[in-house]
Amino acid sequence: MAYLDLSGLQKSFGANQVVKSFDLGVAKGEFVSLLGPSGCGKTTVLRMVAGFETPTAGAIRIDGQDVTGQRPNQRNIGMVFQAYALFPNLTVAQNVGFGLKIAGVSAKETADRVAEMLALIGLPEMGARYPFQLSGGQQQRVALARALAPRPRVLLLDEPLSALDAKIRVSLRSEIRDIQRKLGITTIFVTHDQEEALSMSDRVVVMNGGRADQVGAPFEIYNHPATRFVAQFVGTLNTLDAVVTNAARGEVTVQGQPLQLGQAIAAGQGATVGLALRPEVVHLEADTALISRGDFALAARIASVDFLGAVIRVKAQTAAGVIALDLFNRPDAPPPPVGAEMALRFRGQDVIVLG
Amino acid sequence: MKRILSWATIGFAVVYFFLPLVGMLEFSLKMRRGEYSLDAYRSVMGDPQFQATFGYSVLMACLTIVFGVLVVVPTVFWVRLKLPRLRPFMEFITLLPLVIPPIVIVFGYIRLFNTSSWLPLTGSALGTDFLLMCGYAVLALPYMYRAVDTGLAAIDLATLTEAAQSLGAGWITVLARVILPNVLVAVLSGAFLTFAIVIGEYVFAALLDRPAFGPYLVWAGGNKAYEPAALAVMTFALTWACMMLIQLATKFSKHTRMPR
Ligand SMILES: Nc1ncnc2c1ncn2[C@@H]1O[C@H](COP(=O)(O)OP(=O)(O)OP(=O)(O)O)[C@@H](O)[C@H]1O
Ligand SMILES: [Mg+2]
Repeated sequence: MAYLDLSGLQKSFGANQVVKSFDLGVAKGEFVSLLGPSGCGKTTVLRMVAGFETPTAGAIRIDGQDVTGQRPNQRNIGMVFQAYALFPNLTVAQNVGFGLKIAGVSAKETADRVAEMLALIGLPEMGARYPFQLSGGQQQRVALARALAPRPRVLLLDEPLSALDAKIRVSLRSEIRDIQRKLGITTIFVTHDQEEALSMSDRVVVMNGGRADQVGAPFEIYNHPATRFVAQFVGTLNTLDAVVTNAARGEVTVQGQPLQLGQAIAAGQGATVGLALRPEVVHLEADTALISRGDFALAARIASVDFLGAVIRVKAQTAAGVIALDLFNRPDAPPPPVGAEMALRFRGQDVIVLG
Repeated sequence: MKRILSWATIGFAVVYFFLPLVGMLEFSLKMRRGEYSLDAYRSVMGDPQFQATFGYSVLMACLTIVFGVLVVVPTVFWVRLKLPRLRPFMEFITLLPLVIPPIVIVFGYIRLFNTSSWLPLTGSALGTDFLLMCGYAVLALPYMYRAVDTGLAAIDLATLTEAAQSLGAGWITVLARVILPNVLVAVLSGAFLTFAIVIGEYVFAALLDRPAFGPYLVWAGGNKAYEPAALAVMTFALTWACMMLIQLATKFSKHTRMPR
């Protein structure tokens, strides 16, 4: 059994079922993100693990021990909140030492542990300051140190980076991940930011309407989405309609052109299926003669070009709709001008078939 | 013209307010014939009755403050955290002592807790003292409740509570180590108001027949000449000291408050 095991968790507020049968096993030392749109129940799941909400049904086990009925202060779980929630009347050192003091740890030992924690978060000199004398990023790091100081069994973070500005958000990501690796602490991280989830996690849980749609490594989630929702929620996606010509062999036609997919399709002959394409698997060709030569290619007119730096996002109008694609910046090859007539190509293996 | 009028108004108000005080102060200094002296104050201070009643009232004020804090802080905390829908109701309840005359309240107490009732509190001095303290707490409730409620509104109660709980704190620890220190200033201003109310209170103490400072003031007013003036000046000074302490406490609090 996994170190942290959630089985059949459900939560209703009145008639409103917010979490519907949620299962998840987290291995010891693993970093798992809950990713999903606003209101899908991420926070509610996390609060059930922390003990702030009582599940309507289901069980929570940590290291084989059932903690479903335990009060929050008995669970030894560290929690970091979006709003930092540092105690305003205590100094940074007292904040970090709070959990140890309650646990009855001696003053000497507490001081050592606090110093160790402050060093870990890179704020060794800040112990005597009050929270209001720190920046948002520093406050959140102190909150992390405070949660980690009593050596919790599990660390929970609820959108800890959402209140920070973009640059600090990105640098704190890797800082949190480094600390988590160093301590080997089992962690659940809640976010609605897919970049955060994909870049930080060992595994990502994509939640939709109170359920886990897919649980997998970031690579898996991004490249092999299990449901239409996951495909559309994670990353940018182009969708096209295709007509099935041979379901078992994965043959379809797009705009009358035959295309060989990498997988069989669960649909009947002549049915219409949805295909999805990541922007990075679509290629632009200046040679429009390709289209008449019989290779798979779609005629396209460049509708917009956004230069983002390393990546150039191009939108092209085709008979099958607007398709977004990403080009890498190359100093020797300027992006195509808007209005240019070009050809779009992609490989059948790179296509995601939407269920 | 307008300026003159407004200055005149202010001048009138100052005279109206301070003249009696000045008169009283002057009178309290005139006990010795022909010269100013502190004889009246000396006489008051030397009066064992004064010492006894004043000491009693100070003790009652302190007990009332502790009792009030112990009742009000957890209640407001719980209502704000778990039963926010009850807040209008609480507002109403805590305003009642301002609209119900103390004499009505104390007659209610005497009816409910007299010697032949189910809980004969008035049967013993200690029981009556307890009843008196409860009465004082009720009188101070509107001020204590509002002070604490405003104090709690300034902090993120729910998140701080959860943060403390996840660090292992039980309810008592949360209240004592997280909530109370963060509303200490509010509690202090409530406490000073309570003190000022209790020190001068007459109706409860007189009707429950306890040896408090309020009845002593009234008794002295009817039986002495210069001492009541001295007492009034001293009571005023004490009340103003309380008010100043509230101001000081508020200033002191800037240290821990968020500047944003
Ligand atoms: N205490 C509560 N009482 C009633 N409904 C609640 C309560 N807490 C949450 N909900 C409802 O449960 C649903 C899920 O809430 P939750 O906070 O878990 O969402 P979330 O995925 O964390 O969203 P966000 O990304 O916006 O934080 C929401 O529709 C919310 O209104
Ligand atoms: Mg949330």
